[in-house]
Amino acid sequence: MRTARFGILLASAAFAAGPALAEKIFVSNEKGNTVTVLDGATHEVIHTIEGMQRPRGITASPDGKHIYVCASDDNLVRVYDSTTYEELPSLPSGPDPELFVLHPSGNPLYIANEDDNIVTVVDVETRQVLAEVPVGVEPEGMGVSPDGTIVVNTSETTNMAHLIDTSSFEIVENVLVDSRPRFAQYTPDGKFLLVSAEIGGTVSVIDPALSEVVHKITFEVPGVLPEALQPVGVRVTADGKKAYVALGPANRVAVVDTATWEVTDYLLVGQRVWQLAFSPDGKFLYTTNGNSNDISIIDVATDKVLKSVQVGEQPWGVVAVES
Amino acid sequence: MKQSGWLLASALVCSATWAAAETEYRAAVLRVDAPGPMPISRLDLPPEDIGFAGAALGTADNATTGSFMQQKFTTETVVAAPETAEAEMRKLLDAGIWWIVVMADADTTVKLADIAGDRALVLNAESTADRLRGEDCRANLLHTAPSDAMLTDALAQYLVWKRWTDWFLIEGSHPEDKALADAYRRAATKFGAKIVEERVFEDTGGARRTDSGTVQIQQQMPAFTQRAAEHDVVVAADRAGVFAAHLPYHTWEPRPVTGSAGLMPDTWHPAHEAWGATQFQTRFEKQMGRPARDEDYQVWMALRVLGEAATRTQGGDFTAIHDFVLSDGFDLAAFKGQKLTFRDWDGQLRQPILLTADRVVVSVSPQAEFLHQVSQLDTLGIDRPETACRK
Repeated sequence: MRTARFGILLASAAFAAGPALAEKIFVSNEKGNTVTVLDGATHEVIHTIEGMQRPRGITASPDGKHIYVCASDDNLVRVYDSTTYEELPSLPSGPDPELFVLHPSGNPLYIANEDDNIVTVVDVETRQVLAEVPVGVEPEGMGVSPDGTIVVNTSETTNMAHLIDTSSFEIVENVLVDSRPRFAQYTPDGKFLLVSAEIGGTVSVIDPALSEVVHKITFEVPGVLPEALQPVGVRVTADGKKAYVALGPANRVAVVDTATWEVTDYLLVGQRVWQLAFSPDGKFLYTTNGNSNDISIIDVATDKVLKSVQVGEQPWGVVAVES
Repeated sequence: MKQSGWLLASALVCSATWAAAETEYRAAVLRVDAPGPMPISRLDLPPEDIGFAGAALGTADNATTGSFMQQKFTTETVVAAPETAEAEMRKLLDAGIWWIVVMADADTTVKLADIAGDRALVLNAESTADRLRGEDCRANLLHTAPSDAMLTDALAQYLVWKRWTDWFLIEGSHPEDKALADAYRRAATKFGAKIVEERVFEDTGGARRTDSGTVQIQQQMPAFTQRAAEHDVVVAADRAGVFAAHLPYHTWEPRPVTGSAGLMPDTWHPAHEAWGATQFQTRFEKQMGRPARDEDYQVWMALRVLGEAATRTQGGDFTAIHDFVLSDGFDLAAFKGQKLTFRDWDGQLRQPILLTADRVVVSVSPQAEFLHQVSQLDTLGIDRPETACRK
């Protein structure tokens, strides 16, 4: 959602600036220790960034100029220039960073530290740790409300979404969800918060105003074992009408109608699909397929899988920018 | 029903900030240390805190979650000898503890479960004996330890997937070795492997480790495995730990060794990293200063079952927790890539089994090719139609 929203801003900026901007897709390869860069128009690999250990979570600054990567085994967040691919000074992350989310303003960065049961808040300008917020066991998923007032962390063994006030760094609400929550994503209007539960096999739809689960999205695919339906990455279109849920070893992305929270389609992608990202214009959805070493490209208008492109070993996260 | 549970959940969490009342959950781990011979390898000497370290981590994990739920978790750890075990169990029951994890052999486990009766739920975190899930099952006895049938099925599936279907089965001379060998025979029949040769390795007593003992072993093991029928793999059933560790590299024919040595079915391994397991490993090692063993993981799961049920029942009592754990609504996430649930016919926790060899995890069973109409995990162990449990 965040990507898509900025995508719109960027798209209009692109019109103003003329055709100089190019779209690029950055994919973190957990096993390959690299970030693969693809041209957003041709979907061809144009560069590979090396020199990091176990890259997982990946995101971009709102202006698309900086790419942030959770280098889990380096215990820091690596930063790259999206045009030159030059490495910029790293950010402290706390141990074993896996996923993070950037404040809509571009600063600060909220990082989940799985080993220490904390969320680390880092100023991306001064590179200082602003706060460490104690949360549940094995913090993982990170989301932020569109207005930037609440950051959400999911803890995998505690099975909760912790809603944290971004000004006081205090937990204001805890919402119980199903087993092993992996990802938190607000709808663009901020009215709903979606939290995927990998082992529970559901996506909880939370009303943040009530801090209540108001609906649970469940999944069923003929011929696929129920235990293989493991929701991980979640993204919502900029118009808020459709949500996409990556279903891990089920090798499918579910399309969800946000008016009814019913699954309308299952799209077959690569193996062990984990994370998702929209193109800046919101026309395409990219999926990382960890066990087939590729990304799938989905046409958002038609919900057709257009093609898959080989990237590095065990792709984990993906972000697309104009730069 | 589940939905309203969630609504209630968040309502309670909100109000919990102001509520002074805290629910306390008291559990116990009763470990019965029987005197026995030393293991073949000094690397396998049990650490003093075996099982208890898993309890400490499980209790800490529950407490972290509990801090958001106004729930407190404490776990008492007790070491008993076989002759004091029953008295220790009575003490725990008299103290009002109703969640008791037992680490003991099969006979002691049944005895302790019978003493507990309807006063407590007993969780077996050690014994793999099939009869505890069969003819000796109890209504108040759950198992986080896997059964011999699950372990042997896990290995059998992989060997059959590899097309290593001709087995040379070597069993020890202790009753538990015989039981394990029977489980391998059953697994071979179930998955279409053939036991082409069977031998019993007699335990003649004596020290398991001696200075320069390797000299004799290098003569003894090849001779023992000589002139066996043509086979693909050696399968060792050595629960007592007498000989299997000496089989690899000493067999007459150059064949892989599996079972109690070589490629082994385990619930846990310090090299296991998939499905977030690294987080468990680092958390455990940081707190305990050593890698986790199977027993630690099995005790951790037994306490996490309580934590999970306490969370989901919103501070439920013994009856509420007991009913929830055995209901369809219960599941446990335990770094195995899928939800773990209890079999209602014998109280066994369904779980994937790691196949490990020395420094790495080689594979995880069930193998994808073995299908099941209910849960693929039920391809491992004794399924509903075959159970001998009449609890």
